[in-house]
Amino acid sequence: MTLHILNKSPSADALIKRMLCAIEDGDAIIMIEDGVLGALDAHQGLFSSIPDNVALFALEADLEARGITSRISEQVSIADDKQFVVLCSDMDKTVSWY
Amino acid sequence: MKFSLVIQASPFSHQSTATAFRFAQTLLDEGHELFRVFFYAEATLIANNQICSPQGEADLPQQWQTLAEEHQLDLVVCIAAAVKRGVIDDNEAKRYEKASGNLRETFELSGLGQLAEAIAVSDRVITFGA
Repeated sequence: MTLHILNKSPSADALIKRMLCAIEDGDAIIMIEDGVLGALDAHQGLFSSIPDNVALFALEADLEARGITSRISEQVSIADDKQFVVLCSDMDKTVSWY
Repeated sequence: MKFSLVIQASPFSHQSTATAFRFAQTLLDEGHELFRVFFYAEATLIANNQICSPQGEADLPQQWQTLAEEHQLDLVVCIAAAVKRGVIDDNEAKRYEKASGNLRETFELSGLGQLAEAIAVSDRVITFGA
């Protein structure tokens, strides 16, 4: 099980497409930095192809910094810095997409 | 758990050095071990001791130095990437006949072997890219 760390906004569509191709059952995705823009309700369709058991997270500090915490999709859970570390240690490995 | 971090992006145009700093702080608070932080490519710019952070802005180089001093961290700066960006220690200054080195305290210039070792011995290597 892999944690995918995404730091680019949805405008990096080629990058996100490549990431989605690499997603497997039981993986998780955490959006950080500009990546958290992908958590917006308006971008709900972005992750429509991923399996149900792939959890989606967005980093709290980056959501707050962009003022979008209240506008994110129901699909996405908010992770603080501590949960980010826990995710990295709980999953077998991490891949950074940037 | 033993972590190492790889940071690749410029501290001036990307968030990575700041994100990685918070991550480092948090993992240490949680009782994990931080084996090494490897600054690569544009991220090597953070080790330039001549950087004067504007008042009222976060002084990231200083934050890294303080964290390193508190936890005896191994902050390794890729020597090839650093030297061509003008980040040199006193040895390199002599070698290239420059007036003085400008490497910030607690940072160390070294090679990719240090990254290879970090990957080999760490349970997790987290990359903070550009």
